[in-house]
Amino acid sequence: MDFDLTEEQRLLKDSVDRLIADKYQFAQRKQYQTETGGWSEKLWGEYAEMGLLGLPFEETLGGFGGGPVETMIVMEAFGRGLILEPYFATVILAGGLLRRAGSDALRGALVPRITSGKLKLAFAHLERHSRYDLGDVSTTARKDGSSYVLDGAKSVVLHGDCADQVLVTARIAGAQRDRDGVGLFLVDAATPGFSRRGYPTQDGLRAAEITLSGVRVGGDGVLSVNALPAIEHVVDEAIAALCAEAVGTMQVMHDTTLDYMKTRKQFGRTIGSFQVLQHRSVDMLVALEQARSMAMFAAVMAADENPIERRRAIAAAKIQIGKSGRHIGQEAVQIHGGIGMTMEYSVGHSFKRMTVIDQLYGDADTHLAILARLGGLFGKAA
Amino acid sequence: MDLSFTDEELAFRDEARRFFRTQIPDSIRAKVAEGEGLTKDDMVTSQRIMNQHGWATVNWPVAWGGKDWSPVQVYLYQDEMQLAHAPSPIAFNVSMVGPVIAQFASDELKRRFLPATASAEIFWCQGFSEPGSGSDLASLRTRAERKGDKYVVNGQKIWTTLAQYADWIFCLVRTDTAAKQQEGISFLLIDMKTPGITVRPIVTIDGGREVNEVFFDNVEVPAENLVGQENKGWDYAKFLLGNERTGIARVGMSKAKVARIKELAALEMSGGRPLIADPRFQEKLASIEVELKALEMTQLRVVADERKMEKGKQNPASSLLKLKGSVIQQQLTELLMEVVGPYAMPYQRDFDGRNEPAIGPEYASEAAPMYFNYRKVSIYGGSNEIQRNIISKAILGL
Repeated sequence: MDFDLTEEQRLLKDSVDRLIADKYQFAQRKQYQTETGGWSEKLWGEYAEMGLLGLPFEETLGGFGGGPVETMIVMEAFGRGLILEPYFATVILAGGLLRRAGSDALRGALVPRITSGKLKLAFAHLERHSRYDLGDVSTTARKDGSSYVLDGAKSVVLHGDCADQVLVTARIAGAQRDRDGVGLFLVDAATPGFSRRGYPTQDGLRAAEITLSGVRVGGDGVLSVNALPAIEHVVDEAIAALCAEAVGTMQVMHDTTLDYMKTRKQFGRTIGSFQVLQHRSVDMLVALEQARSMAMFAAVMAADENPIERRRAIAAAKIQIGKSGRHIGQEAVQIHGGIGMTMEYSVGHSFKRMTVIDQLYGDADTHLAILARLGGLFGKAA
Repeated sequence: MDLSFTDEELAFRDEARRFFRTQIPDSIRAKVAEGEGLTKDDMVTSQRIMNQHGWATVNWPVAWGGKDWSPVQVYLYQDEMQLAHAPSPIAFNVSMVGPVIAQFASDELKRRFLPATASAEIFWCQGFSEPGSGSDLASLRTRAERKGDKYVVNGQKIWTTLAQYADWIFCLVRTDTAAKQQEGISFLLIDMKTPGITVRPIVTIDGGREVNEVFFDNVEVPAENLVGQENKGWDYAKFLLGNERTGIARVGMSKAKVARIKELAALEMSGGRPLIADPRFQEKLASIEVELKALEMTQLRVVADERKMEKGKQNPASSLLKLKGSVIQQQLTELLMEVVGPYAMPYQRDFDGRNEPAIGPEYASEAAPMYFNYRKVSIYGGSNEIQRNIISKAILGL
């Protein structure tokens, strides 16, 4: 048992930490937000140069060949910087789907374009009624000769506004909530019948509402006709990545608040000298360390092929992240007082991103219900 | 990053599992599982078995019967002990006074006390707290005046756990009233049979007699019973209090409690179905399990860090473990009481001795007492508020 990083992982961590420290100061982020699309094309190019866009892909296709620990390292740094680029959508979600459901031919065609920064992807699954149920799909895919015709609407598609191509779930067979019969399709945004409306999310990132009316997908765009198991695994891995990102965000909120407590003076002394705030700061630290532990646990378990064990671990991690994140975020704003309420100061932005992370792929309560149904973490014969 | 144990570590875990489950008598382990109090005989028996195996004093220097185990081995040893419901070695002997004697006392005292402490021929109790000195321990007033080759001790200790079993007491006493509070304290070993010592029991809210008051009225103690140097007792006390680094979170014990709760909740009916099938109950338990899993990982991280730390140096993260671990232990006793529902109500202490049938299921009788009793874990060993002060200063720099 050891928690040490390998030499290669340490180098990756150093370089991505440096990138965030150099390029993602609060003022710089504000600047990127005003650029076309709401993020920085230039940084996207730097991610490509550093190999970050190829992180999870096999080396034979020009990828980095990284696993969940490498993802954890990168996402934690990104969480500190609150990065705006479509990394989670393209590399983690869509990249994961290509890895787990894409054919060799499709990966061969797409991965080199992703790693070089030329292709951005998104994953469209949410519908008005489906909430956190990935198998609740009413968008239809009707077979027509060798192709499929898609009809339906997808909601809150992360970075769906800038994606060149979108991976879409659509029902090929079965009732709306059946586990079987969910297909996964790759749709080019230029296809007739594909329309979208982009908008910002609470965290300053972007999403889109997507409408599909009579969108025709050829045979090479059909990734899977029974995609739910692969999708669930990818989403579990994506949750592990979000947990790591959240830890970075929580760390910054904790550090920023601690610095503030050491410098802000009221009643003639630093507010950090007040015991009531000291104890609250300690509770933030405990919440942070508990979250960090669970993000590590999630990273280790994300690749587990046993879906039940994996699900338990990922659900547990998301619960801890949700609880810790909400606690740290609310306390960070409270201890800062007025300045924490403003868009002019960083803490509020971290708090907003943290809040969105809790809503993504199941909030703490949703995962608690899942974990409870699965009988918890510790067996009777523990 | 690799969170699996090595083959050697796994083999060690199996050895520990086998040892605790086959060598510690079932009757004793059943009492621990049910939260029933152990008799002195139970504690001494268990301690002797461990000591014969060389496993009672693993935290001591090797020369005095300790083990040069890796932090992971120590972790596994404790985890398996707790999962097996085996009693921990007598804390006063093994985690508290033993290491202090081994570290600071003269060779003469080491030879005199360490073997008998390891084998529990001497049962120790701890004389630290006083009525006016709880969290502010350094304000203690029990006086030890040097007169020739003796100290004469006057004063009072309180919350003295298991003083009624103890052969000896290790005490913090004031030897210099003029010096700064922390600099006038000495660490003295006192035979409980010495004239002038009175023990008065204190019954706690669980109905048990665990703690006592100990009064000292002109108690004469040979000067050679002083540990280390006069007026250096505070340093030894700090060493003692910070000593129990791993295992303080009691993760293994809490895991065993979760298993027990699941077992009993499957037997208890609620609304026509087993309580364990109630989603509200499931979620409540799962929520604690998540914090426990996180704590287990946090503890492993601390254990892994310790390998890189200078031996004997204290890790402030252990305060964090105590803080979270105590709360989880308390939440689980709370839940266990809720499991037995109305049968938490009857007060059934000492029923066994009276040969009367239990009211309700036998496992129910200890649920409420354990809940009441466990309120102590966030108070003793430096209250959770004190732990927060420590973290605030040592880790956060506030």
